[in-house]
Amino acid sequence: MDVWRITWFTLATAALATALMLPPGLFIAWALARGRFRGRLLLDTLVSLPLVMPPVATGLVLLTLFAPFGLFGRALARAGVQVVFTWKAVVLAMTVMGLPLFVRTVRAGFEQVDRRFEAAASTLGAAPLRVFLTVTLPLARPAVIAGAVLGFARAIGEFGATIMIAGSIPGSTRTLAVAIFSLSEIGRTREAAGLVLVCAAIAFAALWWSNRLVWAAGDRA
Amino acid sequence: MILLDFTLRQGTFTLEIHERLTARVTALFGPSGSGKTTILDAIAGLRRPDGGSIAIDSRVLFDPAAGVNLPPHRRHVGYVAQDVALFPHMTVKQNVLYGRRDGQKLALNTVAPMLEIADLLDRRVPQLSGGERQRVAVARALMSAPQVLLFDEPLAAVDVERRRRIWPYLERVRDDLGVPIVYVTHDPVEVDRLADRVVQIENGRVIDRPFTFLR
Repeated sequence: MDVWRITWFTLATAALATALMLPPGLFIAWALARGRFRGRLLLDTLVSLPLVMPPVATGLVLLTLFAPFGLFGRALARAGVQVVFTWKAVVLAMTVMGLPLFVRTVRAGFEQVDRRFEAAASTLGAAPLRVFLTVTLPLARPAVIAGAVLGFARAIGEFGATIMIAGSIPGSTRTLAVAIFSLSEIGRTREAAGLVLVCAAIAFAALWWSNRLVWAAGDRA
Repeated sequence: MILLDFTLRQGTFTLEIHERLTARVTALFGPSGSGKTTILDAIAGLRRPDGGSIAIDSRVLFDPAAGVNLPPHRRHVGYVAQDVALFPHMTVKQNVLYGRRDGQKLALNTVAPMLEIADLLDRRVPQLSGGERQRVAVARALMSAPQVLLFDEPLAAVDVERRRRIWPYLERVRDDLGVPIVYVTHDPVEVDRLADRVVQIENGRVIDRPFTFLR
């Protein structure tokens, strides 16, 4: 077992998952914070579902959808892309499980942006997209960073959905969380404990940084 | 010419106005809660009337019967709200240039000296005094090349002393730029000093009563 290899793989997939959360996450958070449309409550509920469902259940749903015979998997397979039991499945599971935390944090940040600034920007001739990019987003920046850190931390710790859709293949899909489980199951407790320390260090650093940003933003307001 | 001909209901409050504004500076004068700010919001497109029409010269901004309701960013109004709402994450210069449009005549080096903000351009918004904020907000509105300027009690947050010092700037805007101004205030001295015409509003209606200076 190579601790550094597993750590690097976990950090890289979690970083990619966080990047993938941004476009849909920002859009959904903005729609929930500012939009007035039918189905808002439904969207709000659906996005948060992975937060409260058993991760294993979410993993099974993803597996069903992305398996070679599944709804999305079929089209992907035709294009020569296999998702399940590859690193791509790890990223997919991390993205879906991290998205709710990102959306909830960023949405709260958008809601705190004073609408008077957005109104002022629009009377100055800024179309809605420009208002969002130049006023709403910069003013909510601490929340966006905090949301990304939380999503990243959640991705690092992701286990249930990952084990369902990506398995625990050493050197291919085995993340820190999955490795801890797999190693302790076969009695290699000491090695598992080492990985726990790595996990704790990463989670601690991420949350510390995120909390500091939120506090700093609170002090300024 | 600014045509205001609309009704707007909000709970039990109804605003109704049928006016043609042709003066350089029209003061909307009346007690707080009478609907003055709502009128400006309706012109700017921030609040939608229930029916009627709003137009500046021949340009229709709002006329649901004809299917017209321009969004705020296409109305070309310069709105200085009561709280001025300068963008706190930008410098003064970035604020002032935010609404600049291509092919607009008014240059920063005309507006900045006129409002005496040239020395403030590199500052950040939190470093500005109340009076400086007002002048920057006026400059920002001017730089968007508006067809009408809407001022919502621009001096309400400033003490009497400073208020008197800002009047000359507003007079310059009035006299030099030829952009009609709609000016909301409840200060009769301000009306007397700046306005060519007074529209008195009470409880959502225009009232026809001689404007008495010492009310």
